[in-house]
Formats: sequence, C-alpha cells, structure tokens
Amino acid sequence: MMEELAALAQWHNVRFLAQGLLITLRISLLTVIFSFILGTLLGVMRFSGHWLLSRVAAVYIESFRASPLILLILLFRFTLPLKPINSGTLAMTLFTAAIVGEIVRGGLNSVDKGQWEAAFSQGFTWLETLRYIVLPQALRKMVPPLTGQFITVVKDTSYVWVVGVQELTGKGVIILGQYGSTVQFFAIFGMIGLIYWALCLAVYRLGRWQEQRMSWLTM
Amino acid sequence: MDRFAAFKWQALFRDWHILLEGLGRTASTAGLALLLALALGVLFGVLATAPWGSGRAVSRLYVSIIQNTPLVTQVIFLYYALPHFNLVLPTPVVGVLGLGVYHGAYVSEVVRAGIQAIHRGQLEAALSQGFTYVQAMRYIILPQAWQIVLPPMTNQAVALIKNSSILAMISGGDLMFQADSWSAATGYYGPAYLTVWAIYFAICFPLAQLAKRWEERVRLSRGGEVTAA
Repeated sequence: MMEELAALAQWHNVRFLAQGLLITLRISLLTVIFSFILGTLLGVMRFSGHWLLSRVAAVYIESFRASPLILLILLFRFTLPLKPINSGTLAMTLFTAAIVGEIVRGGLNSVDKGQWEAAFSQGFTWLETLRYIVLPQALRKMVPPLTGQFITVVKDTSYVWVVGVQELTGKGVIILGQYGSTVQFFAIFGMIGLIYWALCLAVYRLGRWQEQRMSWLTM
Repeated sequence: MDRFAAFKWQALFRDWHILLEGLGRTASTAGLALLLALALGVLFGVLATAPWGSGRAVSRLYVSIIQNTPLVTQVIFLYYALPHFNLVLPTPVVGVLGLGVYHGAYVSEVVRAGIQAIHRGQLEAALSQGFTYVQAMRYIILPQAWQIVLPPMTNQAVALIKNSSILAMISGGDLMFQADSWSAATGYYGPAYLTVWAIYFAICFPLAQLAKRWEERVRLSRGGEVTAA
C-alpha cells in the first residue's frame, strides 16, 4: 500500500494536478468577474420596468436558466470558432450571468421604495439613485446568494472537462489511467475532493468576510 | 458552411425518435433520482435538527462533503469506484445514485430550514403530550413544514432535471447524450443542441414558474416573511 502511494506522490503527478487546478481557477475567476458585470446589467434591466429592456433581460434570464450548463458548453464548443477553454468559459459566464441577474433583481426589490422617493425628492436622477443609494444597499443583501452561486461556479468548472479541457477533475481522471489500484484510486479522488472542498470553503469565507465588512449598510 | 442549414434540421427531424428515447431516459433517471433525493433529504434534514449531537454531526458531514465537491467529480468517482468493489451497475443506475445523493444534500438543507421555520412550541407541545421525537416530526412538524418546503423543493427538482444531463459524460443515454452522439455522427451540432435546449426549456420553465407562484403564496400566508431558503 505504501509503495502504491509513493508511486503516486511524485513531483510530476503533483505538477500535473496543479496545472489542472490553475485551469479550474482561471475559468472560475473569469466566470465570476464577467458574470457579475453582465448579471448586474441584466438585473438592473429586469428591475427597471422599461418595456423593452426588462423583457429582453427576462427572455435572456429564463432561457439560460432553463438550460443545463453542459448543453451550453457543448453548443458553444461546436458552433463557435473558439478554443474549448474559451468557449467553455463563455458558456459558464453567460449561464451564471442569468442567475446573478435574478439575484441582483431580488436585491434591488428588497430595498425599500421610500429610498427611491427620498432620493428623487433630493433631485437625484433614476440612475444616480440606483448607483449611489439603492445598489449599495442591495449589494449587502446579495452577498449570501452570490457567495452560494460563486461556489457553484467553482464546482461547475468540472463540466468543461466534457469538451476535453483538462481542469482538476480531468487531470485526475487522466492520472487514474496510469495508477489503477484501489488505494491509488481513493487517494487521487480524495485529493481532488479535498482541493474542491478547500476552494469552496475559501469562497464561502470570502463571502462571509465581505458580508461583515458591509454590515454597516444594514438598517 | 452554415451551421444551421435547413437540411440539417430535416435530418434531425427524420431521426426524432433518437431524441425521444433520450427524453424517456432523462425522465426515468430524474424521477428515480428525485425519489432518492427526497428520501435522503428528509432523513438528513430531520437528523440536522435532531436532539442527538451525533445525528447532527453525521448530517453536517454529509451536506458539507456533497455540497462542496462537484457533481461531475462525484458521478465520475462513483462510475470508476464501483468496479473496485466488483460491482458493475448500468450507467443510468450510477446516474440515479449520483444525482440522488448530490441533490439529497440540498433537499436536506431545504427540509432543515422548513423544520426550523415551524414554531418550536409545536415540538415542545407534542413532546409534552408523550410523542417521541420521531413521532412529533412525522405527525406534527413535517406536515406543517411541507407547505414551506414545496417551492424550494420544486426548484431542486428543476436543478435535478438539468443536472441529469451529467449522464452524457458517462454514456448514460439521456437526452443530452443522444443529441451529442447524433451530432457527433452527423456533424450537425447546431440543430440538435438547439432542439434539446427547447425541450429542457419546455420542462424547466413551467416548473420554475410554478415554484415562484407557490413561493409568493407561502410568503403571503406567512405574513410577508420569507423563511426556507
């Protein structure tokens, strides 16, 4: 058993897995950043009540939310002229943006209507009210569901393995092909599971920290 | 060449039964996985609020491990792990187990929140009348929690149906897999994927709307406070 584990714990295997981890991190980070931007835009459009913008956002949100992520990853892989890792990141970004859009709308809805009226009475425009008064308060309400969604993003990066991008899970499965004993099998999956678990926990802690940092916004 | 040319759509509709077979597999897999998730969810949800520390610890461990690792990793793990124990199951069964255990963790959080939303006095009153903890849950708490739990549970069902596409990664013969293998054979990716998108939409959108309506009703009936996550 020890020899089997020693065979596994070699530098080139560790490096191989670390490369996968970097790809997982890269896809996660890009998805979180861009889906947050696009999702905020969608949420504000949906919230605005503007006859066109609101409907465009609604159609976008509902159609992307109803689709399995794996379907989008495959669709973009085979219909867009992009490298698999990029089409995968794009699919994840567009998918996550729909969910972030719903979270943003929920956050905006949760801010008391009196805030709008008060700001208008002080001469703020709609956009100014949104930017300086309502969004900051909504953001605090959005942090817990956003944290949950971004944890999901980290986990969902494993779907990109379906188009051959060797992220953490993919690298693990490849290593598995060379080290097939039961002990090695559990060691590899235990390691991968532990890394995901640590990543998710890190995102969760970041979310909690951000929530506490913004606690002065609670009324 | 046009990725969505008309003749490609025609080819797809000639082979429509391939997608229908996949839809059947998706429905049966998702249905069975949902039953498993409900069973595990109620069990671990009740354990999470139980007066026994070890029960709460077990429940916490289950939820923490399952919710903090990807479904893909879990299903692939299961797929490769079973042969190590001389167990070879058909891929749809692996899918049902993987999906059921994964969503069971989320359902248990929903059930826990539902139980905690019921006033504690209800449990105390039941216990004072000689109900055991399990009886109090069975006859007093869970029937009341059910209404609160239904909307988030429906959302879980929607997520489960979408996630059943994980079968495509282990050749499980579901809707996604059928579309994928058909388009790999013909090269007509666009029409197949868009059609499958429409099918998932036709299933998931109405369910999500239903959940939203129920959620609103629960909120109104509980005086405007939202409880279960």
